[in-house]
Amino acid sequence: MALKPNPPTARPPFQPALWVVCCAVLVIAIPMQLLADAGFCPAVFNPYYLHVLTIIGMNIILVASLNLLNGYLGEFALGHAGFMAVGAYTAAVLATRLLPASSALPPVIGQVFILVVTLGGAMLLSALVGYVIGRLTFKTVGDYLAIITLGFNMIIVNAIQNMDFLGGPRGFTGIPKNTNFIAVTVCALLTIVVLRNLIQSSFGRVWVSIRENTIAAELMGVNLLRTKNLAFTIAAAFAGLAGGLWAQSQQFITPRSFDYIKTTEILVMLYLGGMASLSGSILGVVAYTVLMEVLRNLLSAFAPELAEWRMLISPLILIVIMLTRQYGLMGHKEWRWLRPKRVA
Amino acid sequence: MLILVACKPRGAEIKIGVSAPLTGDISALGQSTKNAILLAQDEVNAEGIKVGDKTMKVRFIIEDDENKPESTATVFQKLISQDRVVAIIGSQSSKCSNAGAPIAEAAMVPQVSPWSTNPNVTKGRTFVFRACFIDSFQGKVVAQFATEKLKARTAAVLYDIASDYNKGIAEVFRDEFTKTGGTIVGFETYNTKDTDFSAQLTKIKGAKPDVLFLPNYFNDVPLQVQQARKLGISAAVLGSDSWDNPQLIKLGGDVMNGASFSNHYTPDSENPASKAFIAKYQARFRMLPDAAAALTYDSVYLVCKAIATAGKADPKAIRDAIAATKGFQGVSGVITYAGNGDPQKGAVVIKIVNGKFVFDSAVNP
Repeated sequence: MALKPNPPTARPPFQPALWVVCCAVLVIAIPMQLLADAGFCPAVFNPYYLHVLTIIGMNIILVASLNLLNGYLGEFALGHAGFMAVGAYTAAVLATRLLPASSALPPVIGQVFILVVTLGGAMLLSALVGYVIGRLTFKTVGDYLAIITLGFNMIIVNAIQNMDFLGGPRGFTGIPKNTNFIAVTVCALLTIVVLRNLIQSSFGRVWVSIRENTIAAELMGVNLLRTKNLAFTIAAAFAGLAGGLWAQSQQFITPRSFDYIKTTEILVMLYLGGMASLSGSILGVVAYTVLMEVLRNLLSAFAPELAEWRMLISPLILIVIMLTRQYGLMGHKEWRWLRPKRVA
Repeated sequence: MLILVACKPRGAEIKIGVSAPLTGDISALGQSTKNAILLAQDEVNAEGIKVGDKTMKVRFIIEDDENKPESTATVFQKLISQDRVVAIIGSQSSKCSNAGAPIAEAAMVPQVSPWSTNPNVTKGRTFVFRACFIDSFQGKVVAQFATEKLKARTAAVLYDIASDYNKGIAEVFRDEFTKTGGTIVGFETYNTKDTDFSAQLTKIKGAKPDVLFLPNYFNDVPLQVQQARKLGISAAVLGSDSWDNPQLIKLGGDVMNGASFSNHYTPDSENPASKAFIAKYQARFRMLPDAAAALTYDSVYLVCKAIATAGKADPKAIRDAIAATKGFQGVSGVITYAGNGDPQKGAVVIKIVNGKFVFDSAVNP
């Protein structure tokens, strides 16, 4: 018998707040990109801000999907950047090798078509890789799982480094810029909505039950290996989505951008925001990225000779935040629009 | 406040952006970049640049790219749209320059990379330049040196396969050496951070090469040479500009004597511009400038000369002026651009004699 703790209703109840937030974000995001494309008033809102916002969007996808594993499932996975690499390279190959004729399509439809194909491919392949790796690794738990996933991250990076048709260690150049801020925003919103619904579904409850008490969950009939691997595969697919967006926004990728240092960066943002909280994932990414960029601007405006101290000041601020808020900014808490509606 | 800063109009000073690895795995290089920029900034501003009929000062905005491609992209975007610089110098490593180049190209702001030797950086781009020669040229220089000067007929190569730089040079050397009639008798690889090379070197020993080419970083090379000599390989040892660091001698000691490597410039050159630069650099920062510092210094003057020639601080005019540069006498050699962003520029071969880098010969394309 599968565990279905207190299933509320067959369909999640309609929550206006979620849709209001999503629509509001899109209403702000779309004109921003269109104005920037038209070169309108670059002094008030310049492409640099848009660039930072785009990075925030991609990082939200990465951190929220890792939260599924590290926060909700309670496992410590350290290979997220590896799946991102799979997605990035898949999207890069699809965009440059298989879709060169798509430029003949009408502008907006063509762009959407390319994005759907490249990102779909990226998600599929990284999900597949995630599934295979998950099958192999979920026989272990705890620290061992962390080390094994870290090992797979290294294997993926080194494998790409030795594939000449992917540019090898020299990196993959000449990827068209198919991604813009609108695409990233839509993908980030989709990720949040999908993850939120998953977490509130019976799947999500099973994941949380595994985190809280593995033995009890197993006793209730949960197939541990399969359930954990489902979460792992979903997380890998979203990491692949972020990678696909990344490749087509940066236009240049190199295997070493996806090594364990990138995984660590994702982890820092995750823990800053707080575990088992999608609000925390969003807030952590925004806080970290904005902190780094604000420091860059402040230093270059007021103390240009201290530019290299940025990497010393920002970890210090992070440490202070973590000492005062031990569960991260939003650990185990959720903003109202992401919270499940209580069914009486 | 940030918005106000962004709204400031282009004033009496010309802003030039710099993207340098101030932190991260090659932060020592970022430091010498910064030193070279500060030195050049003071020199240029002592007189100012003649732009049209006014004399203007330059201000360099140095940003840290952490030697990460994604940070470099952010830095480039900030420099271009927030600081509204007229040109960007950087970044140093090829992976970072490659990440910044699409942004500079799209915004039509000229980019001059001092140290990025990977051919892809400038390929197919009109606003991207470099101050150094490319990897392929260095492979050619060493191959030419081996066949002509050392009269070598057979060669073996041992290189780090995980690093694009090493791999690129090794492959070009193999092709060029074979083209001139030589034979490659060993083409062995290892991975970054390996410290035991005895398996590969034993194989190479059996092939009895005339020269052993090690296009690897200065921290690996001494170990490789020591282990090769211990195994009884007596071949002449050759290297590339990644050897250019005092650590090479410190780690290797006597075993490095007699080895030669190609480089961008040499501190003991007779070129008066180099001599003056080295003296000033040493007086201010108490160390010898490395190739990256020399190339950064040249990049600054390349851009400043172009601004003066163009007669206006306009990115497109500066780009055209850089592209038209002929016979620019820099610290690291004479730079001429002919149609693309790669300079036609000579290299030098440096020989290690009694633990010192000594100029051996100059090779021109």
